[in-house]
Amino acid sequence: MSQVQVTQTEAKGEGEWEPNIIAFCCNWCSYAGADLAGVSRLQMPTNFKVIRTMCSARVDPEFVLRAFSKGADGVLVLGCHPADCHYIGGNYRTRRRVALLRMLLEQYGFDPDRLRLEWVSASEGAKFQKTIKEFTETIRELGPNPLKEEQEEKKH
Amino acid sequence: MSKIRIAQYWGAGCGGCDVALLDIDEKILGVAEIADIAFWPIAVDTKLKDVEAMPDGYITATLYNGAIRNSENEYVAKLLRKKSALVVSFGSCACYGGIPGLANLTNAKDVLEYVYTKTPSSDQQHTKDPVFPQHETHTKYGDLEIPVLYDTVKTLDQVIDVDYYMPGCPPTTNLINQFLGIVEAHVKNGAPLPPKGAMIASNKTLCDECTRKKTVKQVETVHDAFEVDIDPEKCMLEQGVICLGPATRAGCGAKCLEGNQPCRGCMGPTDQVQDQGGSMLSALASIYKVQDKESQMSEDDILKIMAQVKDPMGTFYCYTMPKSIIKRAVKEKKKVKKEAST
Repeated sequence: MSQVQVTQTEAKGEGEWEPNIIAFCCNWCSYAGADLAGVSRLQMPTNFKVIRTMCSARVDPEFVLRAFSKGADGVLVLGCHPADCHYIGGNYRTRRRVALLRMLLEQYGFDPDRLRLEWVSASEGAKFQKTIKEFTETIRELGPNPLKEEQEEKKH
Repeated sequence: MSKIRIAQYWGAGCGGCDVALLDIDEKILGVAEIADIAFWPIAVDTKLKDVEAMPDGYITATLYNGAIRNSENEYVAKLLRKKSALVVSFGSCACYGGIPGLANLTNAKDVLEYVYTKTPSSDQQHTKDPVFPQHETHTKYGDLEIPVLYDTVKTLDQVIDVDYYMPGCPPTTNLINQFLGIVEAHVKNGAPLPPKGAMIASNKTLCDECTRKKTVKQVETVHDAFEVDIDPEKCMLEQGVICLGPATRAGCGAKCLEGNQPCRGCMGPTDQVQDQGGSMLSALASIYKVQDKESQMSEDDILKIMAQVKDPMGTFYCYTMPKSIIKRAVKEKKKVKKEAST
């Protein structure tokens, strides 16, 4: 992991933009999955910050909107696979919310791909790694959060 | 007893709030008994220069309705703040941006372009050089000036300091009477005023006030209100009509629901919630029925179900976009960048 970090810092010039990603992980599956990826020493970009919630359904749409308003470039919501939810149906609610939220974000002018929902179980360290890698790449292609850019332009 | 002075002004609104104040019927006589009208363009012939000449704090209470969307709205709001002891954000537009707030999905240039060249009633639809309103016009009789339209619609409290809030589109007679009662008691008996920032409405959600029967608390399919025969006894959401009751502040007496129409959220969110739209979106997603084969359904299947909500922004943020967390539409720069690099 340290090697990856070093190469990234080297590649990153002064003031160069790096994706800033928030990953909401549910306590029972995805957080354990993220942990497994860590203890397995799987290599992945370090642009994400994990926030543990008891269930993916705990992720209030307000959390996601607030993340974007505070300058996050992408938001990942990770939960248990369908039929695997610790609370039986939490992930079904999340799935409906994220579908609606993506529609809403598009109306706000954001690229809806800045919000992604993925199922990661406790045994899927590799899937966690894959998800993070792919999503960081997506966000890198999309560029910085347009809301943050506008706010900074106003300051100058 | 010396009389207090009140003022009412409209920013970006429809004038309904001004009429709402007159709608209190004979109680208006009570208002006349304790108060003089210092400034109220819709009812009394006072001019802006009269207000400019008043000493600071001369007006006891100003009821400002309408959002702030041009330079004139902003100037008068700031002027009235200076001249008034109390400012009440009156109505949904002043409190949350209201319907004009949905202009935050676009910008001033596009709004003017649409209104002056694209509306079906515009006779400039095929004109080569269409005429648009200009901030300054020079004529041989002198220079004319009209206010500048802003790109972003703002709420009153985003521009000036506000003492009290009274939401509603327009605020109901009940709420206005409640507020006037407080003011009257203060003027006549020196009763204390509510703390600054107080919301003159309930802090529960509308479902608490609504008398309709809630049984299954589930939605299967969403319909527009005109598509279905609405049962006046049963919860709107259970009948598949999107009603913003679960995410909206009570205090209006559920009048729309009494009239067999769903709530559209004009009272805004409760104190516990910052984003009314997000809150309603969450509630609606939660009560959507979980299907038998849910675990085998793909993301596309879910998207199809949720696409029944045709316009999430217009539905969930009908009155509160300028007060939401994101506040206005943004523009992704991805495409611009790609063009620049090639």
